[in-house]
Amino acid sequence: MAQNQFFVDSDKLSTAALEHKHLLESDPSARTNHMEYMPGMEKISSDIMDKVLDAVSTYNYEKYTKTDVKRALDSQTCSIEDFKALLSPAAMPFLEQMAQRAKSETSKHFGNTVYMFTPLYIANYCENYCIYCGFNCYNDINRKKLNAQEIEHEMKVIADSGIEEILLLTGESRKMSDVKYIGEACKMASKYFRNVGLEIYPVNSDEYKYLHECGADYVTVFQETYDSVKYETLHLMGHKRVFPYRFEAQERAIIGGMRGVAFSALLGLANFRKDALATALHAYYLQRKYPHVEYSLSCPRLRPIINNDKINPLDVHEKELCQVICAYRIFLPYIGITVSSREEKHFRDGIIKIAATKVSAGVSTGIGDHESKYEGWNDEDAGDEQFEISDARSFDEMYGDIAAEGLQPVLNDYVYV
Amino acid sequence: MVQINGESVNAAGKNLKEYLEENGYIIEGIAVELNELIVPKDKYGETVLSDGDVVEIVSFVGGGEEESDTFVLGGKEFSSRFILGSGKYSMELIKAAVENAGAQIITLAVRRTNTKKNENILDYIPDNVTLLPNTSGARDAKEAVRIARMSRELGCGNFVKIEIMRDSKYLLPDNVETVKATEMLAKEGFVVLPYMYPDLYVARELMNAGAAAVMPLASPIGSNKGLATKEFIQILIDEIDLPVIVDAGIGKPSQACEAMEMGAAAIMANTAIATAGDIPSMAGAFKSAIEAGRSAYLAGLGRVLERGASASDPLTGFLRD
Repeated sequence: MAQNQFFVDSDKLSTAALEHKHLLESDPSARTNHMEYMPGMEKISSDIMDKVLDAVSTYNYEKYTKTDVKRALDSQTCSIEDFKALLSPAAMPFLEQMAQRAKSETSKHFGNTVYMFTPLYIANYCENYCIYCGFNCYNDINRKKLNAQEIEHEMKVIADSGIEEILLLTGESRKMSDVKYIGEACKMASKYFRNVGLEIYPVNSDEYKYLHECGADYVTVFQETYDSVKYETLHLMGHKRVFPYRFEAQERAIIGGMRGVAFSALLGLANFRKDALATALHAYYLQRKYPHVEYSLSCPRLRPIINNDKINPLDVHEKELCQVICAYRIFLPYIGITVSSREEKHFRDGIIKIAATKVSAGVSTGIGDHESKYEGWNDEDAGDEQFEISDARSFDEMYGDIAAEGLQPVLNDYVYV
Repeated sequence: MVQINGESVNAAGKNLKEYLEENGYIIEGIAVELNELIVPKDKYGETVLSDGDVVEIVSFVGGGEEESDTFVLGGKEFSSRFILGSGKYSMELIKAAVENAGAQIITLAVRRTNTKKNENILDYIPDNVTLLPNTSGARDAKEAVRIARMSRELGCGNFVKIEIMRDSKYLLPDNVETVKATEMLAKEGFVVLPYMYPDLYVARELMNAGAAAVMPLASPIGSNKGLATKEFIQILIDEIDLPVIVDAGIGKPSQACEAMEMGAAAIMANTAIATAGDIPSMAGAFKSAIEAGRSAYLAGLGRVLERGASASDPLTGFLRD
């Protein structure tokens, strides 16, 4: 099977740094135990991870037949076994039927609404070495952390465009972007937006509680891959290396009082069928344990990054992505599904008619460049982007396109309590 | 004076053993509660009654509901998914339930034993049948806990079906008190089977409180009206990680079959059989219906065609390779 070549050396790294980087890349024994919590990481009592990993380890998607797929499409409720069939290669010839079924489930639960939001990256400093990510600490990019005035300026620009829901993001550096800094950004965001989400490094439940009090009300954490062996080879250094602490982030966020949590595997890193199964089961089992919480899934595919334009999602083509999203919808009809600007316009326009319930608009994954991007000039001072986006539509364009499809764009239907 | 089963009795100064023997109670078949605490049988001789004491003497009579079949409950395995309730019981009914319906679990109510010659329902029940004492008569959690302790004292093991009703007209279960009683009894090591109105939040609370199963009602008890709460029972089956035993209101074999097709773990019935024209035949019919429903559930039901196809444009035409 094809592989991505992730390793890129920068001539700006010191000899010692380069040596360490190469050692991490080439010698597994130089890396820490990724299943072991680091000091300060809260350990909660939960059986969810075992349940999910057990289910994934026994999932043999080759054994499903078209009979299993038909049965899954014909049943009133979709069992875990049915879901496994829908994610299998045998389901590919039934993609149109899956889409029809998914559309019907989506309209039952969401009508014809599509929610809109935009991400706001406030810092791109990072202490992790995740080899596929543009923010990784060895990648030679312009680093930037917005100060309070800059954050407010960005928020004003975004709010003026009409956006009412914001997702605040940082690189994963507790040192450069501590919880207090993020909390202040949440407080400010609450002034400009009706709904504030967070996509930051995983924190402890008391920190989630603090961020909730600062105005954040949902937490997105991507597990990237649920294959812990593969995970170890992709996240070579930093807090993110600890697989179980990341896995339990949503549960800690719930304990901290967040109303909603979001999950995702980054498709293309490992076996996408197993990762899709794990992502959905992660949400499914948490929903059974914490039924009061809102759940949503994202479905990003690998994208090129600065200094490595070859990175691609391998065998996860648009048809496979569509299969995964339809299977998510049929298995978890009530769940939110977000499709980001990693995907192109034609795909996002198509998928919102089937299963997606939330899309981003007016997106920049850079730092402090909303005004320049919205107004069409180049900001030399901006921090570099996490990945290349594929759909640069503005809020107004996106709003118009959704409405033109006969769907109802929704900016917000949210009450913070 | 001493209050014994609600009557003032001139028994002060006597010990329990003397009183019970004088009045013809058979000690093996009863349980005694003194001022709300159970008196162990070996302490009867040294327990002296005083003025103002309140004594309850109880034994089993028919009462409550039914069920039976092959599944695991409280660590015990059953091959029958039919449970017989004994609210309307007779020798004929019990014999029919065991022989024709294959019942392996029969519920029993704990009642005051005022008549020493009270016939004991236990005499009619074969040894291989598991007794499921219920708390019928309890109006709140505290009373249910008292009755459960008494039933355990009667030698029925740790199984208890919680029935708490504060409405004598409809006999609907009080979900709030049932949650409380479940929590208390599970902590005391009982295998708790709560009879409940099918409410998702309550079912979750019962599960968290340590229930071994949940027993939602299909329609008012004794009504034979069938699956009036079908949609809600289905939700419990889908969402609760415990056996769901459909209890009360099942009036016909077809209704029992339907509940089993939905994924119920077992059916409890009494009135449907007790009031049938031919009790043994109806017991056999229930057995067949429950087995058919279970097989259908395990086989996976076939599809239901929606009326009319939707002739829309393909939804997936936009996808690129």
